[in-house]
Amino acid sequence: MASYVVNTRKQQQQMLRELKLETLDDLFVDVPASVRLESLNIPQGQSELEVYHEMSEISSKNTVFKHIFRGGGAYNHYIPSIVNAVVSKEEFLTAYTPYQPEISQGILQSIFEYQTQMCQLSGLDVSNASVYDGAVAAAEAALMLQERRKSDILVAETVNPQLLQVLKTYCESRDVKVITVKAIDYAVDFNDLKEKLNDTIAGVIVQSPNFYGLIEDVKAISELTHSHGGKVIMHTNPIALALLKNAKELDADICTAEGQPLGMPLAFGGPYLGIMTCKKELMRKLPGRIVGQTVDTNNQRCFVLTLQAREQHIRREKASSNICSNQALCAMRASVYCAALGPDGLRQVAKNSASNAHYLARKLMEITGFELKSTKEFFNEFLMSCPIDNEKLVAGLAEKGILAGLPLGKDILWCATEVNTKKEIDNLVEIIKEVL
Amino acid sequence: MKLLFEISSKGRKLDLIPPCDTEEYSFNDELLRKEKLRLPEVSEVDLSRHYTALAKQAHGVNDGFYPLGSCTMKYNPSLNETVAGDKNFTNIHPLQPAETIQGCLEVLYQAKELLCEITGMDDMSFQPAAGAHGEYAGLILIKKYHQDRNDHKRVNIIVPDSAHGTNPASATMVGFKVINIPSNENGGVDIEKLKAAVGEDTAGLMLTNPNTLGLFDPNILEITRIVHDAGGLCYYDGANLNAVMGRVRPGDMGFDCIHLNLHKTFSTPHGGGGPGSGPVGCKNILKDFLPALEVAKNSGGYYFYQPEKTMGQVRSFYGNFLVVVKALTYIKSLGKEGIPEASGNAVLNANYLMNRLKDYYDVAYDTICMHEFVLSLGRMKREHGISAMDIAKGCLDYGIHPPTMYFPLIVPEALMLEPTETESRETLDQAADIFIELFKTALKDPEKLHNAPLSCYITRPNETEAARNPILTYQFENDQ
Repeated sequence: MASYVVNTRKQQQQMLRELKLETLDDLFVDVPASVRLESLNIPQGQSELEVYHEMSEISSKNTVFKHIFRGGGAYNHYIPSIVNAVVSKEEFLTAYTPYQPEISQGILQSIFEYQTQMCQLSGLDVSNASVYDGAVAAAEAALMLQERRKSDILVAETVNPQLLQVLKTYCESRDVKVITVKAIDYAVDFNDLKEKLNDTIAGVIVQSPNFYGLIEDVKAISELTHSHGGKVIMHTNPIALALLKNAKELDADICTAEGQPLGMPLAFGGPYLGIMTCKKELMRKLPGRIVGQTVDTNNQRCFVLTLQAREQHIRREKASSNICSNQALCAMRASVYCAALGPDGLRQVAKNSASNAHYLARKLMEITGFELKSTKEFFNEFLMSCPIDNEKLVAGLAEKGILAGLPLGKDILWCATEVNTKKEIDNLVEIIKEVL
Repeated sequence: MKLLFEISSKGRKLDLIPPCDTEEYSFNDELLRKEKLRLPEVSEVDLSRHYTALAKQAHGVNDGFYPLGSCTMKYNPSLNETVAGDKNFTNIHPLQPAETIQGCLEVLYQAKELLCEITGMDDMSFQPAAGAHGEYAGLILIKKYHQDRNDHKRVNIIVPDSAHGTNPASATMVGFKVINIPSNENGGVDIEKLKAAVGEDTAGLMLTNPNTLGLFDPNILEITRIVHDAGGLCYYDGANLNAVMGRVRPGDMGFDCIHLNLHKTFSTPHGGGGPGSGPVGCKNILKDFLPALEVAKNSGGYYFYQPEKTMGQVRSFYGNFLVVVKALTYIKSLGKEGIPEASGNAVLNANYLMNRLKDYYDVAYDTICMHEFVLSLGRMKREHGISAMDIAKGCLDYGIHPPTMYFPLIVPEALMLEPTETESRETLDQAADIFIELFKTALKDPEKLHNAPLSCYITRPNETEAARNPILTYQFENDQ
């Protein structure tokens, strides 16, 4: 049994004696006798080696796919070695939120650098230190826009279904109405958008590239929405921001993203990273931790948690959000990732992902029955018909160590990134021919 | 120290990604980004040294004593990290077919079984990503429960004035009205005030026990009964579970739902502010409302299902999975004896340290404490002009992380200390000596403490200026 308790039994006895107590149980006199626990009904503790074996045994029941052609909100990008090396440093790993700036400059500066990088990507003015994940970022963004008589949220049906679910949970609990905008050809239906836009709409959420990988006309959505006095929340893939028009160029007011592609492993869905950036005018509505630059008493540049008057520990029930812990170490991953890749490297990741996805689409289309469901431009994901039962295809490919695209209805949402080489794609296509 | 953007040099880079071997795809020009992307351009050695330098300006549990009250800064076992780094966990896509994720589902299932037994709950969801997120989900459970019974008048959540700030903030996010009730003279819930506050409009009570003063409320059974009798439900804020795990269970105290902070009680590292994990647990009466998706098991193996009247998702996928892996590893290591051994020693260490300090400092409530205790510097401030902040900043010069300052709000000039069970008597003695030394300095050389810290990388920052004139990103030269 490991308890990581440091004091020996003898020391514990001495300490108890000094407190004029006899046993550890004497410390719990305030616990009513009727509810004191005799013992927990769980297994005995084990040595490190036994636990290691047991956990390895469990993990070995998973299948790790060598070739992954599935996205749908989680993307298989290469993680540079330096990313893992940096976030393993115990000074970062084992620290709490940087409440004491004098001994937390390392963490505060790294968050300030992260905020700057996220603003560089989105083109907007202000970033927070992160929220739980991309879907929560979009939901929190919707709550930022609440005004009396202007509170309804329009959301494109083409966003990731998980985002939509989380948005609905967040908005329902605050009695905020969520109205979906229909899709036509797997992208926003502008007629439906025009019909639903009016001056009670606080904001419109659009995802681009959307759930089907398609690039939405965010610029036109921004124009329409702004003409009704609403704001635009653009939800995106941060890798795409290095190559495609960013939120500023598309005139969005808030940009949210799932930060997982920036150096986080797939990890069965988490920990991931919610990126939130916004225009300066919305700064004081932004939830979560924010780091700012200031000077110390020697006039030396330094960094602190700032604008705390928005936060729960000061404002309690009047806070802009309840968020306290965020995803700081994941934000550091994203920051190291962006710095390691640099502007050219990140653009290359985006370009290679898009190029590989387009090559995959072309190769699949050589097989009868695989047709693109939309003719619109896509980034690194695309929806295709499938000539056989898609679950059968997925199972057939799984036997060969390939994770196929995500089955959606009768179709499949395929994905490629920079890690999927030409050889791998050619091999996939050959195996599909065998499976068919 | 320079920022990444200031060590950047045009053309410097790492060679990470091979050239594309498929035909390059060219997007329509009007889709392409035109704005300059000013990310740092650095070499790997630049990057490595930059972060090593930053690490020297950070302070984790492994750098020294970290008695930050309410945060349970216990040692984070290395084994947890090794297991969570297993490729068979890290390389699993969240949308893989069920038969290929049996190991991940088993982790969630086992963690749920064990944590339900430890807390006295019947079911649990790991989707919430942090404590406040768990509170949020737990309060939705309460809201859904009343709505489901067509009991729409229950709009109030009662919160004691000693509660964590997240409690009232979470209640507001769920659309409840917050009713604050004052504590009694012993720091516990004022029973008469509670009786007066409950009624047909009571949705529930949020409580942490032991509370933020480090006191176990001896009236806990009466408190939960009063709320239940009024038709409300009881929510347990699990932030302080480290004091009592394996000794008394929230479920047995009368709580209907809870959240846990795996990054506090169950030894997963806090990462400088996350990722944490805030599972929400509940009794059977609430389990149908739990977030989608829940894990279950039958003869064919583990599978996900949607609880009957689910609140929907509070996050994508299944929560901060790797954090759950670490917590499960920890629980398996400690087991049935290790868990009460940990809580017992957490409480012993707190009492030992309090006992060593109470001849010098005013203890807010001079009685046996649980895992933490609160000092009040109110008298010190009045008589010598030394504030809680001054003592906290003084700690920095001795290499220990200061206690939580100015919380709980009901104690003037509060310093809240939580040593945890993973500190030795020697460390506690050293820390006590330092606090006593600081006390003496406060009396004879207060100016020294007003100026502290003097040995850190910076002196006290101007926080007012930071908020008044916010600079939240690096100002690139040609921006100006």
